[in-house]
Amino acid sequence: MNQFLAIVIDGVIYSSWLFIIAVGLTLIYGVMKILNVAHGSLYALGAYAATAFGGYWLAQGYPPMGSYGMLVLAAIFVGLVAGPLIERGLLRLVYGKEEVVLVLVTYAVFLILEDLTKLAFGVDPLSIPEPYGLLGSFEIGELMYPTYSLVLVLLSGFVAIALTLILGHTRQGKLLQAVIHDREMAAGVGINVSRVYLITFTVGVMLAALGGALTAPTISVQPGIAAEVIVLAFAVVVIGGLGSLGGAALGAVIVGMVRAWAVHKWPEVELFSVYAVMALVLIMRPKGLFAAPEARKI
Amino acid sequence: MAVVLEAKDLNKAFGAVTAANNINVRIDQDSVVGLIGSNGAGKTTFINMVTGYLKPTSGTIRYLDRDITGMSPRQITQLGICRSFQIPQLFGNLSVYENLQVGVGIAARSRRAAAGARGHEREEIETLIERFNLGGYRTHSAGLLPEGTRKLLDIAMAVAGRPQLLLLDEPTSGVSADEKFRLMDMVMTALKVQGVTVLFVEHDMEIVSRYTHRILAFYEGRIIADGEPAQVLREAEVRRYVIGEHTPAHGDADGGATSHG
Amino acid sequence: MNQPAHTLSGAPARGADRTTLVLIGALVVLLVAGPLMPRWAMFMLNVSLSWGTVVLGMMLLMRTGLVSFGQGLYYCLGAYAAGTLHHFYGISDILLMLLASVLLAGAVAFVLGFLLAKYRDIFFAMLSLAFSMILFGLLVKTSALGSTDGFGLSAKTFAGIALGEWERNALYSTTVVVAFIAAFGVHRYLSSHQGRLAGAIRDNELRVEYMGASVRRVIHTNYVVSAALAGVGGGLVGITIGHVDPEMAFWTTSGEFVFIAILAGTGSVLAPFLGATIFETVRSFAYEYSPNTWQLILGVTMLLVIMFLPGGLWSVFTRRKAA
Repeated sequence: MNQFLAIVIDGVIYSSWLFIIAVGLTLIYGVMKILNVAHGSLYALGAYAATAFGGYWLAQGYPPMGSYGMLVLAAIFVGLVAGPLIERGLLRLVYGKEEVVLVLVTYAVFLILEDLTKLAFGVDPLSIPEPYGLLGSFEIGELMYPTYSLVLVLLSGFVAIALTLILGHTRQGKLLQAVIHDREMAAGVGINVSRVYLITFTVGVMLAALGGALTAPTISVQPGIAAEVIVLAFAVVVIGGLGSLGGAALGAVIVGMVRAWAVHKWPEVELFSVYAVMALVLIMRPKGLFAAPEARKI
Repeated sequence: MAVVLEAKDLNKAFGAVTAANNINVRIDQDSVVGLIGSNGAGKTTFINMVTGYLKPTSGTIRYLDRDITGMSPRQITQLGICRSFQIPQLFGNLSVYENLQVGVGIAARSRRAAAGARGHEREEIETLIERFNLGGYRTHSAGLLPEGTRKLLDIAMAVAGRPQLLLLDEPTSGVSADEKFRLMDMVMTALKVQGVTVLFVEHDMEIVSRYTHRILAFYEGRIIADGEPAQVLREAEVRRYVIGEHTPAHGDADGGATSHG
Repeated sequence: MNQPAHTLSGAPARGADRTTLVLIGALVVLLVAGPLMPRWAMFMLNVSLSWGTVVLGMMLLMRTGLVSFGQGLYYCLGAYAAGTLHHFYGISDILLMLLASVLLAGAVAFVLGFLLAKYRDIFFAMLSLAFSMILFGLLVKTSALGSTDGFGLSAKTFAGIALGEWERNALYSTTVVVAFIAAFGVHRYLSSHQGRLAGAIRDNELRVEYMGASVRRVIHTNYVVSAALAGVGGGLVGITIGHVDPEMAFWTTSGEFVFIAILAGTGSVLAPFLGATIFETVRSFAYEYSPNTWQLILGVTMLLVIMFLPGGLWSVFTRRKAA
């Protein structure tokens, strides 16, 4: 019973993390039909920025609790800088091209950012453990969990709810949905698709960076984290269905639970379990679990 | 007269929408049949079912006395039914010659191919180029051809398959008014040489009356008229639902002016 | 049966023969130059030609309209097949090892092909990526195969003949011959009817089905061929470097194959080898002098190629008539 509980809790924590990692990716795909390989790089940038901002804050002797704010600030900063830069500076130039070509473009961005990050932050591992340890831990039954993880779960839920509300109930959200459904029609009725793209991409980058910023206190921030994260995010998003918010949530839960189970019961398959699930889902439902129906072609 | 195609009690429903409603029709060999009807009347649905793109909800389709209901487009093509498309389906990056090369190549390797067909592919391609007047475009990229030529190539590709039954989906749509007759003349002449049964969907009543022996008029998934062109085009229901004239024809029980928008 | 290829002009192509001539010329030149070149050059050529073979397979898939982000799967399988023969069965024969590479990669591709042939575009890319990452995950957790460290291998004989000090030369010559056979084979294939179907499928697979040909069968075949090429490439690299590890199946390796394929373009069977050689050369020098800008250069180059040379570097050599 204990192990079952442990698996579930670990699954919840991991799923929350996965959701934050993946939601930006699916949002960008849903609106812009671009599968952003550089998503992992922006996650990494968020993590690095978090160590920089947070490190500075703590070094200055400011109240440690403020370091959480610094994490969020780092994410916002990365979003506001990298988002428009990439969207306006590059993506803008290649919009007409086929989906696969756009993937290759974002792959190129990934490569570029890998090195730019190395140049900016060096290749040595960085860390910012304070925010993680600051909140202590709490008990569920006999199991101990860092309170930070609870914060992660709550934040993830908050992001999910906020996005759902914004997309479904605000004017901006409805405009976004219009563009998601049919870009040409949306432009045809006067929606400024170009601005929607800019905003969406920036928000997507912010979310990726937020994932990195929140993760930074729990890991050693170093080159290579981008490449690892992007495939995980892919798996989550593809399982749920590209472009679907609910799909990202479902995908995160499925992957999270499967991995938690694997870690406890069958550690050998932990790594491959995620991709095996992804392959399985793709096999059963080629477009993901929440996929839109397709219109007749001829 | 041999029956080439027979549809029995054919139905197709998409949820609440009935695209085909109890279609029963027999097509004789060597005939040229026109399918008319307003958009959404069920003509293309019928063709899509015959060519395997859609599976009927119920009913059967027999081709040369063989049940082909539910077969895939590939299998049906292999049996001898070829089609052209409303929007020409070409290999855009290949030249006209290369397009036909692929088509003839596939046909030469199909089960129905005559022995030695593979040795004569080049002649076949040249024949098709000549018959469909594509000589001036042979090296041009298919994606960059003028619309009428694209249509011709699309039909030539269908003919390359050496069909016994040829279905043309709006062969003259998108072609300028003065070009239409020239196109149809060319197609029909080319086809007569082959000895093929032809069904084609058409919106232009002049074309239909000029080139067909028989017309099937569709409306709301049903065939509302079936017969010689002159006769069908005079029928009240056809005039009302297909041609769109709201002058009541002689003997129309409805009488009165019910104008359609 | 032996219809010569046609260029856009519709006339029998002298281009087909020209490619064959160049291939034969390259074969001769490379074989003759072998004993004369410095060791580092031979090593680099070995790796370049092996990678070129992998990318040749990618090119075949791209000509069929598919971009695989998972060729690393077969590349790695090929390498590990060769390595396993050496490590567990004491077999150090180049020929046997390469045979194992091709067979294992081909067999797995044959099975997976039934599934993958149903996918297109991004989903094909994603699913192929997933499978390569599955292999990665499996290998990393398999201590018997060395986990993340992998293990070493070497080849001492060729078809039973002990190589002694000719080891390096024999490997090099084998690589050259394999590359030649692969390039020539793919070239003939692409000039044949089924090869032409690949381009047709890429342009309009609906029409291909409607003319009576099986799209799935062509894709499946091309997929298996591309996998076999990746496998033999992996085997060759494994023997050349003397080491195999799970990184070969990590998605970034597949990404590099994709990069070279884009860089080179799909215009000719010679292009992948040209692209791979350029890639390997630049990479070796970049690693030495500026290891932290290597990916930056790659990324920028890819962007430039995508935006300004969509046909890849090879399109610089050809003049295609539009209309």
